Amino acid sequence: MGHFVPHTDAELAEMLAFIGLSSLDELFETIPGALRLSEGLAVAPGLSEPDVMAEMTRLADANRSGRDLLCFAGGGAYDHEVPAATRRLAFRSEFVTAYTPYQPEVAQGVLQALFEYQTLVSRLAGVEVANASLYDGASATVEAINLAVAATGRERVWLSHGVNPTWREVVHTFAAGTGHDIVDVPLHDGLTAWPGGGEAGAVVVQYPNYLGGIESLVEARAAADRAGALLIVAFDPVAAGLLHSPGHLGADVVVGEGQPFGTPMSLGGPYLGLFACRLQHVRRLPGRLVGETVDVDGRRAYVTTLRTREQDIRREKASSNVCTNQTLIAVCCAIQMSWLGTSGVRELALRCARGTRYTRDALLGIDGVEAHSGAPTLREFAVRTPVPATTLVERMADEGFLAGVPLTDDYGDGLLVAVTERRTRAEIDAYVDAMGKVLR
Amino acid sequence: MTDRMVSGGRATSAPIMGHDEEPTIFELSSPGRKAWSFRTTDVPEWTAEELIPAEHLRSEGLQVTEVSERDLVAHFTRLTHRQYSVDLGAYPLGSCTMKYNPKLCDDAASLPGLTDVHPSAPASLTQGWLELLASLADTLCAVTGMHSCTLQPPAGAAGELTGLLLMRAFHEAHAGGAGNAGSRQRTKVIIPDSAHGTNPASVTLGGYETVTVPSDERGCVDVAALRERLDENVAGIMLTNPNTLGLFEEDIVEIARAVHEVGGLLYYDGANLNAILGVTRPGDMGFDIVHMNLHKTFAVPHGGGGPGAGPVAVSERLAPYLPGPLPVRGADGTYRWEVPAQSIGRVHSWHGNALALARAYSYILANGGDGLRRVAEAAVLNANWLRHRLRGVYDIPYDRPNMHEFVASTVSLKKASGLKAIDVAKRLLEEGFHSPTTYFPLIVDEALMIEPTETESPQTLEAMAQALERIAADPTDAKEAPRTTPVRRVDEARAARQLIPTFDARP
Repeated sequence: MGHFVPHTDAELAEMLAFIGLSSLDELFETIPGALRLSEGLAVAPGLSEPDVMAEMTRLADANRSGRDLLCFAGGGAYDHEVPAATRRLAFRSEFVTAYTPYQPEVAQGVLQALFEYQTLVSRLAGVEVANASLYDGASATVEAINLAVAATGRERVWLSHGVNPTWREVVHTFAAGTGHDIVDVPLHDGLTAWPGGGEAGAVVVQYPNYLGGIESLVEARAAADRAGALLIVAFDPVAAGLLHSPGHLGADVVVGEGQPFGTPMSLGGPYLGLFACRLQHVRRLPGRLVGETVDVDGRRAYVTTLRTREQDIRREKASSNVCTNQTLIAVCCAIQMSWLGTSGVRELALRCARGTRYTRDALLGIDGVEAHSGAPTLREFAVRTPVPATTLVERMADEGFLAGVPLTDDYGDGLLVAVTERRTRAEIDAYVDAMGKVLR
Repeated sequence: MTDRMVSGGRATSAPIMGHDEEPTIFELSSPGRKAWSFRTTDVPEWTAEELIPAEHLRSEGLQVTEVSERDLVAHFTRLTHRQYSVDLGAYPLGSCTMKYNPKLCDDAASLPGLTDVHPSAPASLTQGWLELLASLADTLCAVTGMHSCTLQPPAGAAGELTGLLLMRAFHEAHAGGAGNAGSRQRTKVIIPDSAHGTNPASVTLGGYETVTVPSDERGCVDVAALRERLDENVAGIMLTNPNTLGLFEEDIVEIARAVHEVGGLLYYDGANLNAILGVTRPGDMGFDIVHMNLHKTFAVPHGGGGPGAGPVAVSERLAPYLPGPLPVRGADGTYRWEVPAQSIGRVHSWHGNALALARAYSYILANGGDGLRRVAEAAVLNANWLRHRLRGVYDIPYDRPNMHEFVASTVSLKKASGLKAIDVAKRLLEEGFHSPTTYFPLIVDEALMIEPTETESPQTLEAMAQALERIAADPTDAKEAPRTTPVRRVDEARAARQLIPTFDARP
């Protein structure tokens, strides 16, 4: 039996009497008898708090994690530091247990935090406006495509093969409903080789791409212009500390995975879909947008705005079906970015790039390990190894490392390796030694 | 009960530090100040120019923030003082199920063995996670009476769209079969006029056309009108049961039979599943596809607007189409990932909002099968009690036994004294309660949709009822509300007209 229903037996009886009933079963008499369960649910009886925690701890301990499995994997999820300030603030129950800010008078905390988040994302992306979050990088990419197709009236989408393969799969899944024509654009030596002609509504490129290669956004912009398409850039918010912003190089819509800023890896969720675009597209923006205004006394106030785009008002004509998004993770991201600050965002990218260079050079010194391509990289890279990558990952786990992410078949066999600011030279040296041993 | 001391309704949403504006983090910045500290790594300190080709290096500036950790913590802590939450007091927001979120679930979802796991790690290294997810999926199937379940959809609306794509995949696979129109002919999805806005928005994204069916005078689906809309072009119907008026669709068996007769499928919007836990199951009613809002029914905190989780469970004939991979227990007791034979494909970058799923699982473990039924009983009792208690104070347009919520209205009060639903909502904030959902469902004028949830005590309900009585008794006063909140009524028209979506867009 649960511990969270406060009513005493006497109170239950008193309340039932007040509404003219004599048993709890009578509450459900509007449900046809044949539909009512005669026996309880096939779910085990409730446990005490310590017993629940014991079971949850047993499950947690059955995973390999932390120091026991040093992480060199990336591919859309990264092992960055989450400082105490971010963790403590993000666990404040006023942020955690609030609903969507439908009553702005008592939701200024969440609304202002989202306003600051929107500002930070828009600055990093280099375009004027950002929404209050979407589910993850994949869903943000899907929503960007929907926006671009609606804005251009063209249903064809050029989707670079350098976009994260699971995001590409999600794009294809949702295209079954929208009917968009998704054309996969291949890579050449690790970078996207855009078609010379043809029409499209959206051109989608990842920056740096899934294999770590830094794509030329100048070429992507030119391809979009030739096709009459909007340019959608799926950027890495960490790499953006060192690289030109997508907006600076002409992106119309900028999406990304916000997990690296303040969210633990957590088997892949909850993460954070970053979504930013040029101001001219704001009326097609998916999801929530917070704007500044004043209250009746003229004090500065925040409120969700341009609400007529949204599903609860526009229903079948809405720009998106998004309702609940990832607000708490967006607040986390705003806190983490503010903790890093102007110098820290750049420093973080630089430290990732240094660790990546050091690791890449050392790995390529092992006999039989080859670079996947000659493309420049920043925070991750792909290598080909003499042993299949999935086997390599299993063997390296015995040595205490998560060696990387095995590439999916469409890239050919290979291992994707990511190095964050958390990895020390000693850890990298140990990783490379273990790799040498396993490959010998 | 009125002569007793009442609890609840004392929580304040007013800021502890007074009514002053909190500056933005950008206004608190001071050049050169910083909070960050990174690990000492001894990795060679190459410069950016040595690492990245010049053409890619950022030349344009990037201004983030420049604050000390102390100022950062003070800023966000002050923001929390300008925010109402379930932990402060009752939150009777209809259709949102804002119940108490047990603290043990926070601790469970913070275990490093769960948080510190990369999602690409092979199944052999993540057996604990796979067991947790497989067990949760099994439990959700038991609760809903379904066959299989995907945990990937990260929210209710994502679950809806996933369900519609499953519907599409099913019809495409069965096109041309006996009694089945080709998928091309199946172009329509039926939705009641009382439905959530996400339903029609999801239908459009699923490539279907929305057909609305009206409610009858009892507030339920008008079955005769439904029959008129049913033909071989109908892919399915989306229903919330109990519906958004808090009423159980008593004709559900007849509705299911009629939809199935034309080859359509039934989709269950699980927004209101809290009302029927352990009492009845969507699978027994004839539903083919069910989404659940774990952030409602299973106490995952709402986070100010997410993250939630919207798993989708289906009957056996739809199982082959589920998004993959699914966590599966093998004959030897170990777990693996498996992609269903005719999967529609992934709907999430990884495996869904995993930590939200872990929270829900810990909540289910704590409650157990018996506890979940008690949740439904207390939720339904609270809502019926409050409906009776408010009779004669507010209009109750459908004044008959309801489930977990009911809809009141100020239509009579508005006629008599000008009191609108929004005035009640704003004035209730001053009483220390969150407002009910207002102006929804659309079929009730001046609607106040009230869902007390099972975790509010009878004393809190009494305090809320007394507050609502005071408000009805003084409509003029309510027009001025709220006065004690961090800000007063905000100018929403100006926000849309003079759009300021970022600090940099300020005039």
